[in-house]
Amino acid sequence: MNEITVTLNGQAHQLPAETCLAELLQRAGVDAQALATAVNGEFVPRTQRNERRLQAGDTVLGFQAIVGG
Amino acid sequence: MSWTIADVALTSRFFLGSAGYPSPEILHAAIKASGTDVVTVGLRRQLGSDNGFIPALLDTGVRLLPNTAGCRSAREAVTLAQMARELLGTHWIKLEVVGDEHTLQPDPFELLLATEALVKDGFEVFPYCTDDLVTCQRLLDAGCRILMPWGAPIGSGQGLLNPWALRTLRARLPGATLVVDAGIGAPSHAALAMELGFDAVLLNSAVAQAVDPVRMAAGFAGAIAGGRAGFEAGLLVPQDMAVASTPVSARPFHL
Repeated sequence: MNEITVTLNGQAHQLPAETCLAELLQRAGVDAQALATAVNGEFVPRTQRNERRLQAGDTVLGFQAIVGG
Repeated sequence: MSWTIADVALTSRFFLGSAGYPSPEILHAAIKASGTDVVTVGLRRQLGSDNGFIPALLDTGVRLLPNTAGCRSAREAVTLAQMARELLGTHWIKLEVVGDEHTLQPDPFELLLATEALVKDGFEVFPYCTDDLVTCQRLLDAGCRILMPWGAPIGSGQGLLNPWALRTLRARLPGATLVVDAGIGAPSHAALAMELGFDAVLLNSAVAQAVDPVRMAAGFAGAIAGGRAGFEAGLLVPQDMAVASTPVSARPFHL
C-alpha cells in the first residue's frame, strides 16, 4: 500500500494514501470536535472531513479557542 | 438601559478582552465585575487541552466575540473567521488584519477585502480599524454595521490619541455603531470615548494587567456608564471665560 506523509500542526504523520482528514485526526488521538481544521491554508468544515482525502505533503492545521483581546 | 448592536439587545456598553489574566478565577470574577455582555476570544494552532481559561469564560454565560488576531492577509483572516464560526457557534467576528508589526496598525486594504468576503458569507463583521474616515466609510459600504476604530495602538494604554478624528467619525457616520477598540489605559479614557458619543468601548490590557483586575473592571464599568450618561444628558459646552453660576445681584455689599 502506498504511504504518504502529511503534517498536523507541524508534526509528520505517515498514512495510507487516500486517508481522509477525519481519520488523520482519529489516528492522532485528538478531540476532533474541539478543533477547527484547515488543509493547506483552506478551511475544511467538520462536515467535510470524511470526504477530504489527504495528499502527500499536505499541511493540516488544527485550531482551538484561546483567550484573546 | 439596554441598547442594540447587530440586532442583539445588550445591557452593558463595555466589551472586555479575556487575555492576560493571572488566573481563570480572576478572569471569571473580572467578567462578572465588569457587567459585560460580550467578551473577546482568539484562536490558536493547538491540539491539546485548554488550561482552564475558556471554561471559566464560558461559565459566565457572556456572548463571545472571536477575533482574527495574528492575521496579516485577508485570506488568513477569512479562513480563521470561518474556523471561529464553527468552533464557537457565532457569526460575529472581530476582524483584525495587521499591516505593521510595530504599531499593530490595521491594514485597511486587506481589511476591506476580508470584510467584503465575510459579509457575503453571512458574518457580522466588527472590523478593528484606524480612525481614518474614508476607510471607515468604505467598510460601511462593504456591509459593516459596526466599526471599531483604535484609540491608540493595542496594549499601549495611551488613551484617545486623536479625539478630533473620533469626534469626526461620530459626526460623519451617525448611523454606524462605533466602538473604541484598543489603546484604552484608564477609566477616564473610556469615559471620554463615551462622552464623544461612541456606542461602546472594548479593552483588555488595562483590566487584565491591573494590580487588581476585578476592581479595575468595576471601575471601567462605572466610567463607561458615566460617560454615556453624560453624552445622553447633554454636556456643557466649554467657554473661554467664566460664566457666573450663583444668581446674585452684582456685588453683595454694593448697592
